[in-house]
Amino acid sequence: MALLDLLGFAIGALRGHRLRTALSVAGVAIGIASVLTLTALGEGARRYIVDEFAALGSNLVIILPGKVETTGGVPFGGVTHDLTLEDHSALARLGRLRRTAPIVVATETLRFQDLGRSVPVLGTTAEYLEIRRLNLASGSFLPPGDPDRAGTEIVLGTRAAQELFRGENPLGQMVRVGPARFHVVGVLAPRGPSVLGFDLDEAAFVPVKTAMRLFNRTSLFRIVAEVRIFADMDQAKSEALALLKERHRAEDVTVYTQDAMVSSFSAILGALTLTLAGIASVSLVVAGVGIMNVMLVSVTERRAEIGLLKALGAADPQILLAFLAEATILAALGGLLGLAVGASGVRLLGLIYPDFPAAIPPWAVGASLTLSFLVGVGFGVWPARRATRLDPVAALARR
Amino acid sequence: MIDLQGVWRTYPMGEGVVHALRDVSLSIAAGEHVALIGPSGSGKSTLLHILGCLDRPTQGRYCFEGREVGSLPDGERSLLRRNRIGFVFQFFHLLPRLTAQGNVELPMLFGGIARDERRERATRALASVGLLPRADHRPDQLSGGERQRAAIARAVVMNPAVLLADEPTGNLDRASAQEVMGVLEAMNRQGLTLVVVTHDPVLAGHAQRVVHLTDGALSGPPEVLASTVEA
Ligand SMILES: Nc1ncnc2c1ncn2[C@@H]1O[C@H](COP(=O)(O)OP(=O)(O)O)[C@@H](O)[C@H]1O
Ligand SMILES: [Mg+2]
Repeated sequence: MALLDLLGFAIGALRGHRLRTALSVAGVAIGIASVLTLTALGEGARRYIVDEFAALGSNLVIILPGKVETTGGVPFGGVTHDLTLEDHSALARLGRLRRTAPIVVATETLRFQDLGRSVPVLGTTAEYLEIRRLNLASGSFLPPGDPDRAGTEIVLGTRAAQELFRGENPLGQMVRVGPARFHVVGVLAPRGPSVLGFDLDEAAFVPVKTAMRLFNRTSLFRIVAEVRIFADMDQAKSEALALLKERHRAEDVTVYTQDAMVSSFSAILGALTLTLAGIASVSLVVAGVGIMNVMLVSVTERRAEIGLLKALGAADPQILLAFLAEATILAALGGLLGLAVGASGVRLLGLIYPDFPAAIPPWAVGASLTLSFLVGVGFGVWPARRATRLDPVAALARR
Repeated sequence: MIDLQGVWRTYPMGEGVVHALRDVSLSIAAGEHVALIGPSGSGKSTLLHILGCLDRPTQGRYCFEGREVGSLPDGERSLLRRNRIGFVFQFFHLLPRLTAQGNVELPMLFGGIARDERRERATRALASVGLLPRADHRPDQLSGGERQRAAIARAVVMNPAVLLADEPTGNLDRASAQEVMGVLEAMNRQGLTLVVVTHDPVLAGHAQRVVHLTDGALSGPPEVLASTVEA
């Protein structure tokens, strides 16, 4: 019996019972659609968290002056060296660090005309924008180039700009910080309060050298850096430590990385994915039992047909295949319909919550179609075997 | 062509057993037209099912075309049913979702015959029972007699050696019954072996030979019994 004939026969049988076919296709479709929606939500949650980390800078290395001792106290008679711009330049030459940015910070009053507002002022360099994954609403960030250049550019956080300029365009305007004058070159896009550190929306950014003079500092608050390859985090960390130890002739800095946090989050995400997979597989099992139910009803209702097919010389394997084909077609149709429903559901979700990055991962599409196929075959086997075991004489006996 | 030797068919029933067939020995030659008559419950259908390889004797030998088939494996028996045996039932057993044409093509579908040939052979079979104009009708659009003729077309489309009909006219009015019997007898005249279960003595009278069953045992006119005993 040719495959095409087998399929034709199965499709004919399914079309003969439209309501039943529609219901079981709907059952599988709901199962597949929920699998897809759940994985899309899980994937969305994962991406959301990963994006948050990226925003924080998951490749971030933070270098602080001073040694944090995990055991014992402050080193006896040890001299604490400051972090300097020269240290920063040395670190910037390390191959494993993609970008580095020195930071000094102080709270200062920003003045525009007769308005004043007290904000954290960060002295840093152009690299800070990339390292912290900041976006500009307008203008540009601090100009790239030599950190020793003491420019007069200032970039405002979104709220600092709003409160100081009240709807006026800040670009090109002059603001004062103490005695110094700065001209506004850019405004940041809203960022929201950061989990770590202070609120960048409120801050203002000026060239590091200018800030050091203004704040009367000779040392840096910290240096932030981004490793080129996430996997190199540990080497980058120890290289930075070794370099500064050599420069300072003492181990007097602390290097923080966020990989500890990343790994604990990835454990949480793994559990989340497993949970979703579990919920999803329950709905697929339900769909499978639905198919099995439909096929069992079909076998019971079509006893006479099965008896007849046997009388006409259909071999048991052919009858088995015919019923399996029906179950598989049901599941495949359900899978496709579920795919369509799930995809539009996720799209709808995206329209309602544009910020939540819910998306069906490509593997989930393949996996759910394969699963629906397997569900059809798996849950179709038992009813199909019942069909082949029917005694044709009893099956043909009228009721 | 058909040779039964001491065939019993028993069903377990509660503590004891029911004997649907008792020690039946019967020979049917190729091309014969045999009528199987007897009261209801006498074992006619059971005998026909055994002849058609749908059921197995509990005891005894069944040779079909010189081969012991009572103990053949299922796969070979379904091949026999497909290629050598045609069945016609009292209740037609047409698939309601298929047209007459589709129903007639059914055995060829499972026989792995290509589509074009299926069409052609089904058309010829329908023509031979005078149903060509109704080929595209579904069973519920056909009269009883037409349904049974479609069923006959289906039974002969694989060119079987024997056609087994279980009360083929039991559900038909007299006119349709005569039509159907006319079709069956015409096929018999062309060489098809015909075994028809009936309880209509008039129809049985058309057969070359009448086999009587009572209580699962052959009980016909003495000469029939004698001939089967000799065989
Ligand atoms: N599956 C079965 N289980 C038990 N008894 C059966 C079964 N099938 C048939 N019989 C019995 O076998 C006898 C013969 O039945 P059957 O061949 O159908 O008779 P007929 O076709 O002549 O009316 C009856 O007594 C019937 O009750
Ligand atoms: Mg009967």
